[in-house]
Amino acid sequence: MWRALPLVVLALAIAFPLIAKDYGASYYVSFGSRVMIYALAATSLNLILGYGGMISFGHAAFVGAGAYATGVLLVEGITSAWIGWPAAMVVSALLALAIGAVSLRTRGVYFIMITLAFAQMAYYLTVSMKAYGGEEGLNLPTRATLGFDLDLKNDDTFYYTVLVLLVVTLVLLQRLVHSRFGRVIQAIRDNETRMEAIGYPTFRYKLICFVIAGAFGGLAGALLASHGNYVNPSLLHWTQSGMLLIMVILGGVGYRYGGLIGAIVLLGIEELIANYKIVWLAALLPNYQQHALLGVGLLLLAIVLFAPQGIAGLFARPASAGINRG
Amino acid sequence: MGDALLNVRNLTKRFGGLIATDGVSLAVAAGEVHALIGPNGAGKTTLIEQLSGAMPPDAGVIRFDSVDITGKPQHERVRLGLARSYQVTSIFGKLTVLDNIVLAVQARTGSSVSFWHPRDSETRLFDEARRLIGQVGLAARETALAGTLSHGEQRQLEVGLALATQPKLLLLDEPMAGMGLDESERMIGLIDSLRQTVTVLLIEHDMAAVFRLADRISVLVFGRIIATGDPVAIRNNAEVKRAYLGDGAAT
Repeated sequence: MWRALPLVVLALAIAFPLIAKDYGASYYVSFGSRVMIYALAATSLNLILGYGGMISFGHAAFVGAGAYATGVLLVEGITSAWIGWPAAMVVSALLALAIGAVSLRTRGVYFIMITLAFAQMAYYLTVSMKAYGGEEGLNLPTRATLGFDLDLKNDDTFYYTVLVLLVVTLVLLQRLVHSRFGRVIQAIRDNETRMEAIGYPTFRYKLICFVIAGAFGGLAGALLASHGNYVNPSLLHWTQSGMLLIMVILGGVGYRYGGLIGAIVLLGIEELIANYKIVWLAALLPNYQQHALLGVGLLLLAIVLFAPQGIAGLFARPASAGINRG
Repeated sequence: MGDALLNVRNLTKRFGGLIATDGVSLAVAAGEVHALIGPNGAGKTTLIEQLSGAMPPDAGVIRFDSVDITGKPQHERVRLGLARSYQVTSIFGKLTVLDNIVLAVQARTGSSVSFWHPRDSETRLFDEARRLIGQVGLAARETALAGTLSHGEQRQLEVGLALATQPKLLLLDEPMAGMGLDESERMIGLIDSLRQTVTVLLIEHDMAAVFRLADRISVLVFGRIIATGDPVAIRNNAEVKRAYLGDGAAT
C-alpha cells in the first residue's frame, strides 16, 4: 500500500503550483521550491550520514560553496545554469575531497568536530571575501538562465526545475544504494574493520561517497542562490549544518525519503508557527511565534523518543532486524 | 627457508614498556598447516594483527609470496592472497549469510566503484558465494540473517568470509573459540579439507585439534618463538612442556 505513496506525493507536487494559484497563494510556490532545495541538500547529507555512517556536522560548507560558486559566476556575467550549476557541483566536490581527505582519517566524535571546524573555516572565508560582499553577502543581478524558452525568473518554472532535479537526485540515490558501491558503503558503515579485512580500501570508498554528497550539496546551494537571488555567509554557518542534520534525523537516517520528509516537516512547522497564530497559545505566551525553533526542538525530542528511526521509519515495513533497506 | 610462502624476520612490537612481539622470525611453507600456540597473553593475536596489516610493527620485515609487504595496507595484502579470520566473530550481522559472502566475493571480482547497475543482478557473484557457503557447511542457512545464527554457525561464516577472498595463506585466529564438541569437529573437518588448496597459519587453544591438524607447530611465549617443529618434536620439547603444555596437556 505504501509503495504508491511516493507517486501520489509526486502527483501532488506536480499539481501544487496550480492548486496554490487557485487559492491565490502563489507565495507557496516559492516556499515549495525552498522545501525541495533543502530536501535535496538533506538527501545528499543522508547519503553520507545514513548509508555511509559518517556523521558530518559540516554539510553547510558544501551547500554554501555551491551557492557562492554560482553567485560569483552570475555577478561576473556568466548566467547560464548549464555552466553555473555544474560548476557549483565541481567546486563543492573539490571542497569535499579536501575536507574528506583529512577528516575521514578520524572516527566518531573527532569526525563530527573536524567537519564542523572545516565548515566554520569556510564560513569565515566567505565573511572575509570583501570583493564578493563579505559579511553582507552578495545580491545577485538575475536568476540563472536555462535556455529552451524556460524562464527561471518565473516561480512556476523554477519550481518545476527544482522538482525535476530533486526527482533525478532521488532516483540516482536509489540506484546508488543498490549498486556495488552502495553495498560497499553500507557494509563499511556496519563493520569497517571487516571490510578492510576482506580486501576493500575503505578510506577510498568513504572519500568517494563524501565527494558525491558534497557535489549534490553544491547543487542544492546553486539552486538556493538562484532561489533567493542572494548569497551570504549565513548559508555556511554551523546552524545550517545543524538544521540539515535535524532534517535527516527527523525524516529518517538511512531512508530514501528521509531528507525529503525532514525538509517538509521542519520547514513546514517553521512556516506554520511563524504565519498562523494560535490564539490561546498567544494569550499565554505573547511572543511564541518568534521562537519557532522551540517547537521544532519539542518535535525532535518526540521523534527521538517515540520514533528513533525517524518519520520514514514509521512507514517502513517492520524491517527484518532493523535493516535500513533504503 | 627461502621459498616459504610467509617469511617473518625479527618482527617487533612494543606497547609502552611491554614487548608484545619480541623479534619473531617465522616461516610458513606453502601447503602446510602451521599452528601457532602459546599461553594467554603470549602475543598471538598481536602477531596476527601485524601479519594481516591491521597493526604496524615497530621493526622487522614481513615477506609474503616473495613480496615485502611490511608497509602495505591490509586491503592490499588481502588482494595478494593473505586473509585472516577473527577471534571475536566479526561478520555483517544485519545481512544474510549469502550477502555476507557475496561482499567478500565482490571485493575480488571487478571494480566496486560502480553506481548504477544493481549489484544483486550479478548472478556470478551469487553462484560463487553459494559454492563457498556450501564449502563451509552453511548451505541450509543461506538466507538467514548472520546475526541470528548460532555461535558455531557464526564461526563457520567467519572462516567463510576469509576463505571467500581466495587466499593463498589463511590466518585463522582461534576458529574453534567457544565451540561445542560437534561444532569443533566440523571446523576441524573444514580446515582439514582446505589443506589441498590453502596454506593455513592456525592459532588455537584446543590442543587436540592442533595436534590433529598441524604439519608444524610454533610456540610463542612472552612474544618470542621458543620452538618450531613437527607435532612429535613439540610434544617432546622440554622447554615447551615447561612453559606451556605442562606434563599432562599433550595426552
